[in-house]
Amino acid sequence: MQYMILIYDQEASWASMPESEIGAVLAQWGEFHKELAASGSMISGERLRPTSMATTIRVQNGDKTTTDGPFAETKEQLGGYYLIDVQNLDKALEWAAKIPLPEGSLEIRPVWPEGEA
Amino acid sequence: MSPKQNEEPTRAALDALAREEYGRLCASLIRVVRDFDRAEEIVQDAFAAALESWPRDGVPEAPAAWVAAVAKRKAIDSLRRDERLADRIAVLGDEGERREVDLTSVEAMLDPDHDDRLRLMFTCCHPSLAREAQIALTLRTLGGLSNAEAARAFLTSESTLAQRVVRAKRKIREAGIPYRVPPDELLPGRLPAVLAVLYLIFNEGYTATSGDGLVRADLCSEAIRLGRVLDALLPAQPEVEGLLALMLLQDSRRSARTSPSGELILLADQDRSLWDVGQIVEGAELIERALRRGAVGPYQLQGAIAALHAQASSSEATDWQQIIALYDELLLRAPTPVIALNRAVAVAMAYGPERGLAEVDALAGDGELDRYLYLHATRADFLRRAGR
Repeated sequence: MQYMILIYDQEASWASMPESEIGAVLAQWGEFHKELAASGSMISGERLRPTSMATTIRVQNGDKTTTDGPFAETKEQLGGYYLIDVQNLDKALEWAAKIPLPEGSLEIRPVWPEGEA
Repeated sequence: MSPKQNEEPTRAALDALAREEYGRLCASLIRVVRDFDRAEEIVQDAFAAALESWPRDGVPEAPAAWVAAVAKRKAIDSLRRDERLADRIAVLGDEGERREVDLTSVEAMLDPDHDDRLRLMFTCCHPSLAREAQIALTLRTLGGLSNAEAARAFLTSESTLAQRVVRAKRKIREAGIPYRVPPDELLPGRLPAVLAVLYLIFNEGYTATSGDGLVRADLCSEAIRLGRVLDALLPAQPEVEGLLALMLLQDSRRSARTSPSGELILLADQDRSLWDVGQIVEGAELIERALRRGAVGPYQLQGAIAALHAQASSSEATDWQQIIALYDELLLRAPTPVIALNRAVAVAMAYGPERGLAEVDALAGDGELDRYLYLHATRADFLRRAGR
């Protein structure tokens, strides 16, 4: 089954983290990424630039307006994702729990298979 | 005998059988047919077949084996008919399990030593399901309660309960919740949900002040029965033993807890000769065994407190000092106002109502228990005893 791991982190907490600590987290993250890729379970995974780089298109009654910033101001922001293919939810949870996220949440969602109602 | 005369023994035999065998058969069938609904359907069909044939032919010598054999035949038919089985196996399949139809796993259903109920418990109580869904699913599949019975027991509507069950089964299927006992390294994280669900089922039966009395007493028995199953299938787990002990010890006071008119009688005022000695002895032995394993947890601590109450000949003869010490331990692990209030009651018993009053007033100052009736009742009781 395919699962998307949505990584919600706290941009503010990154900003207040000392340079050396950020380096350590990123090094750990690199190790995790390598391990997941080597397992053959990873379809794709990317880190996103912060929400200050975001552009939002809002659709209302068929009208589309383009604005700056994220679609909503929240304490945690989508900061990246992994798309994986594993046996079951427990396997997906196991991988997600290994992500060295310093602060935030990981949402694990099954991918809706094509053609399935 | 005419069929009519045979209906009574059939009913009784089936009811007794259903309690124990429904969950066991369901658990095996889910593993075999990979589908909760289909498994339940087959079990219900098998029991319906018994209801039809036993009044006519008599209750068989081995009723459980009879029903299991019928279920097995229906499962095989169902597997042979099913073209989409491969898909379903992919979803509910366990790691390392083969994908083709495995008829030997159907055979295993007839083996009395084979028990899949532990898998079923952990799947029903998977952390990705809401607590309410975990409870509903556990009662339905492991307890064999109908939606109507479970709804009555939890004072909710049948349609709400049915919806909860449907959504939970859908999530198991679509989110790919595996049908397995978690590996050892995940067990400490997963077991508490199973224990919490069993204890909530028990408490729903125990603390209820309204609703259908009989169904509610049944909930206590059902929680204890499932606790025994869990203890048998997952032996030597101190918190499992602790929970089972706690439930047995609380349940031992069941007939002393209410007056003939249905009012609640406080522990201190209960007629202790009405307490169930068998349950007390079993519970006390269990709690001792659990504590000797050297991994204390909240259920063991509550069980130990219940054991001290159960073994005292009167409220005055209770070892309140020891109970206070156990509450202190419990507060370290679960600092809840309700536990703090119970501790205050023990303090009042050990050192007098004035000391208890001071503790209760400190708690009331926190405001969290303002709407908790028992706090005000306790306070009033302390005031009365202090002669104020």
